[in-house]
Amino acid sequence: MWDYTDKVKEHFLNPRNVGEITDADAVGEVGSLACGDALKLFIKLDENKERIVDAKFQTFGCGSAIASSSALTEMVKGKTLDEALEITNQQIADFLGGLPEEKMHCSVMGQEALEAAIAKYRGVEAPAHGHGHDHVETEGELVCKCFGLTDVFLKKVIASNKLTTAEQVTHFTKAGGACGGCIPKIKELIAEVLGEEKKVAAEKPTKLTNLRKMQLIQETLENEVRPQLWADGGDLELIDIDGSNVQVAFRKACAGCASSGYTAKFVEQKLREMVSPDITVQEVQG
Amino acid sequence: MREIYLDNNATTKVDERVFEEMRPYFCELYGNPSSMHFFGGQVQKKVDEARARVASLLGALPDEIVFTACGTESDNAAIRSALEVFPEKRHIITSRVEHPAVLTQCRNLSKRGYRITELNVDGNGQLDLNELERLVDEDTAIVSLMYANNETGVIFPIEEAAKIVKKKGALFHTDAVQAVGKIPLNMAESAIDMLSLSGHKLHAPKGVGVLYVRRGTPFRPMLVGGHQERGRRAGTENTASIIAMGKACQLAEQYMADEAGRVREMRDRLERELTALIPNTRINGGGTERLPNTLSIAMEFVEGEGILLLLSEKGICASSGSACTSGSLEPSHVLRAMGVPFTCAHGSIRFSLSRFTTDDDIDAVIEALPPIISRLRAMSPFGREFLNK
Repeated sequence: MWDYTDKVKEHFLNPRNVGEITDADAVGEVGSLACGDALKLFIKLDENKERIVDAKFQTFGCGSAIASSSALTEMVKGKTLDEALEITNQQIADFLGGLPEEKMHCSVMGQEALEAAIAKYRGVEAPAHGHGHDHVETEGELVCKCFGLTDVFLKKVIASNKLTTAEQVTHFTKAGGACGGCIPKIKELIAEVLGEEKKVAAEKPTKLTNLRKMQLIQETLENEVRPQLWADGGDLELIDIDGSNVQVAFRKACAGCASSGYTAKFVEQKLREMVSPDITVQEVQG
Repeated sequence: MREIYLDNNATTKVDERVFEEMRPYFCELYGNPSSMHFFGGQVQKKVDEARARVASLLGALPDEIVFTACGTESDNAAIRSALEVFPEKRHIITSRVEHPAVLTQCRNLSKRGYRITELNVDGNGQLDLNELERLVDEDTAIVSLMYANNETGVIFPIEEAAKIVKKKGALFHTDAVQAVGKIPLNMAESAIDMLSLSGHKLHAPKGVGVLYVRRGTPFRPMLVGGHQERGRRAGTENTASIIAMGKACQLAEQYMADEAGRVREMRDRLERELTALIPNTRINGGGTERLPNTLSIAMEFVEGEGILLLLSEKGICASSGSACTSGSLEPSHVLRAMGVPFTCAHGSIRFSLSRFTTDDDIDAVIEALPPIISRLRAMSPFGREFLNK
């Protein structure tokens, strides 16, 4: 049995805003019967066409799909369209006190339907989800043929939810969850997104404030350096940062390792690459 | 809340009489059957009695019964044994609708160079024996086909299949976990070489299974060590559970008429009334022979997990072939193999009855399910054009 929060159960058992709005200003549809879930979102704007005064939904799907739809309609009411567009799938999940990771695609579906509705209202190209081949214009290259998902859509979800494994991408979008044929391609997309983020980080160093620099050093150590050390049974601890001088202590297999000098050099190279070229790394006993 | 338990193909309640039978073998009669002293010897006698009781239910001989830890172990052991017996043969035949205990093993073997044929099924979930006859050849080590399907209850023509396979010199195994105790089996007049069953599907506890191995069938054990089970399955016997299994088989023999009569009537009434009260349904496997206790009903335009959660609110326990309940993203491999239309593959619910099911249980479902389906359909963006007619 799924470990649904009380809030998910409550929104499933007593969903808010079920139904349709006959004179809706915007309607967004995603998903299909074949996919196993689908959401049709209706939005009504105020007289000035600024704020959302009403939202209703029709959903075909599991308990968490219905709860996510209910949550979404509650969240958008009173918001301007631009404010509504700021809502992320994570916020929908948070509203419900969290969703099991395997069910995160339900929150993504809610966010997609909202985007689709607003794009349609504004008369712009529908956003490139692909999810729901029946309804939505897709752009980009088709990656997951089973669920009709494009690279543009997948990269967006990977980046906004900071996904790092193909399994997570399946949980959030369903991509790769049927025949599994696109899993290698999903891994490439993850690498691409991570690469772009690295580039962004690397291009920024000249304007770093001290605070930002410390944050970046910590992030790089956590995400780039320590996982590599763990693979060899080692570890390190950040002891202090003084300007551009980073002091670390080696732990586990790295502690007292004859080649810890090389390891320190590796850490320094990584930090220079990811944070700032003037970083020096100093090994201390801590 | 009283549970209305209609998920007996998932697991069953341990019969009180079974529990009483096994109870002394934990704290009092804890001896090892292999011991030379009287204390172990009396347990050995009970294990022998259990073996005879299982054999009686199957129409088998006691020395053809090998106790295992579960149905999955029995399935794994049967297939592995055949591959060791025929090291030169590299082909295995099974079906697309098997339980993962067989299917996953076969798919793993295909990565190790074995040729795996998965037989198709038709819209009723039924096999085409001509296809089997065409595909089994001298390279086939073993054919493993389930006796009855856990999701739909569809019964395969296993005896005919076994005869076809034996003619070509391959071994024939059947996963009869769902069939044993629900329909009569008689190994004395069968061509089956090996057959798996599981205790917890017939009111014995979880953690005990059986592999029937016909006398004269070559067998290589998966677990090696001591001489237990005549060298066919090493490891100290799970005495209490084996004794429970024996009692459960004895009771199953007594209840066979109840399954064929009362249980079947309740299942048929449930099926009749639900299809009358709920528009746009279909019975999965409805056009072929099925177990008397199983009803798999597909309802269009709704998704199974929502149905199960709302049934659960009323105390009703069932299961679904829907994707969302299992954590996978596609409807069950069984329903897909049957080509169940996608409008209702996600909305399939399985009710599975047992000797403990009552008419009140059935009434509760007949009362609860139709409004649940109406409610979810009212919420669904699909099917309005059909359902409003």
